[in-house]
Amino acid sequence: MCLAIPMEVKEITGTPGNFLDPPLAQVEAQGTRAQVRLDIVDRMPEVGDFVIVHAGFAIHTLSREEAEKSLELFKDMAKVAKGPGDEKPA
Amino acid sequence: MKNQPESPKMVEEILQIARAIGELATRPMRFMEVCGTHTMSIFRHGLRSLLPKTLELVSGPGCPVCVTSQEDIDRMIAFSLKEEVIVATFGDLVRVPGSRTSLAEARASGARVEIVYSPASALEIARQNPDKQVVFLGVGFETTAPTVAATILEADARDIQNLSVFSTHKVMPPALDALFRGQELGIDGLLCPGHVSAIIGARAYEKICQEFNIPCVVAGFEPEDILRGVFHLVRQKVKGVARVENVYERAVTWEGNQNACALMEKVFEKRDARWRGLGTIKGSGLAIRDDFSHLNAERRFDITVPETREKKGCLCGEIIRARALPLDCSLFGRVCTPTSPVGPCMVSSEGTCSAYYRYGGHA
Ligand code: SF4
Repeated sequence: MCLAIPMEVKEITGTPGNFLDPPLAQVEAQGTRAQVRLDIVDRMPEVGDFVIVHAGFAIHTLSREEAEKSLELFKDMAKVAKGPGDEKPA
Repeated sequence: MKNQPESPKMVEEILQIARAIGELATRPMRFMEVCGTHTMSIFRHGLRSLLPKTLELVSGPGCPVCVTSQEDIDRMIAFSLKEEVIVATFGDLVRVPGSRTSLAEARASGARVEIVYSPASALEIARQNPDKQVVFLGVGFETTAPTVAATILEADARDIQNLSVFSTHKVMPPALDALFRGQELGIDGLLCPGHVSAIIGARAYEKICQEFNIPCVVAGFEPEDILRGVFHLVRQKVKGVARVENVYERAVTWEGNQNACALMEKVFEKRDARWRGLGTIKGSGLAIRDDFSHLNAERRFDITVPETREKKGCLCGEIIRARALPLDCSLFGRVCTPTSPVGPCMVSSEGTCSAYYRYGGHA
């Protein structure tokens, strides 16, 4: 299952293109922290950017402005979107 | 509606789009949502109840577990039955019934089946179990395949000897092409998947759109996203045009994610693949390239499975092609339920039968 919530990048480690030291980001959304890989992302994010995550990998980077509009939407949705059987990657 | 949005602003916005759709869709229209996450979201938020009666939404071949062939499911189970193997898999696969047994049943009788949320976790399992062989079950479309490609590249760089991948990865455009080529579908437009499109780009639908004169709109997964997508489909239909539009700009570009595509290309090559319900589709599967054959589970193990048996009465194959609805299946809700599923469409959280069962439409 795909997660559509953009997560904020807090910290970046590792080296792009080096699979012995893969690039990683600490990300956060709605109080949840996670570590995601940056190997397949379209544009390397900077701290403060947002990423869309699939199966533990960031797939798309958004600037803060781009993310803000959607985050506003998600804050509202978060209250109501707690249906059964969520958050499974496929 | 199941989940009533609380914010008045949201509700108003959603209702506004729904009203706009209602005003435009004065004649019958039938759209296909291609992505399992769309199917889920449409049901979870009760979006059908907001749409006019003239408008029908049907699910397509977008649930990766559901379109996996019975033979591939049997192979996955066969890997798990090998003494030295730990199978690492996404959770949705575990309860899918094979011809004779399932991964869940294999696990109950001693097989090691580990559920992971990211393919990269399979590397960790391999590190922790040096005396075992870890087989990762690669299932999914263009969104998941690059994550598996990255995992394979890392395993190769680290020279990990006890991990391999069984790739049943598939790509979406050839399946859509086959779907439209094969039969008169009576579909007036495609709601194209969000995250698959983030990788392959909205332009990937250009060919299908033009060849079959079918409106294609890429949309996100939130109720507002989906309704906006439907609105654009209706508008194209009313105007009598067929174009590719993208209303999920925050994740999808026209060109897609070049980096992910390059990694996928590096590790995988196209092959013919068998889909449940759709048969073999040319160039629709991703096989691990020879350069990485040492990480290919099909090469590492000799797996042969006895003749596969489809479950009698299960209509998953028809449902995937929008030829039947769950309620057409005589097993739905009686014999087949999420606690004792007969087919994959009832197991996967993205499966159409599961969505019908959980969000209304019980038999
Ligand atoms: S209800 Fe069960 S048996 Fe019937 S089509 Fe769906 S998954 Fe198959």
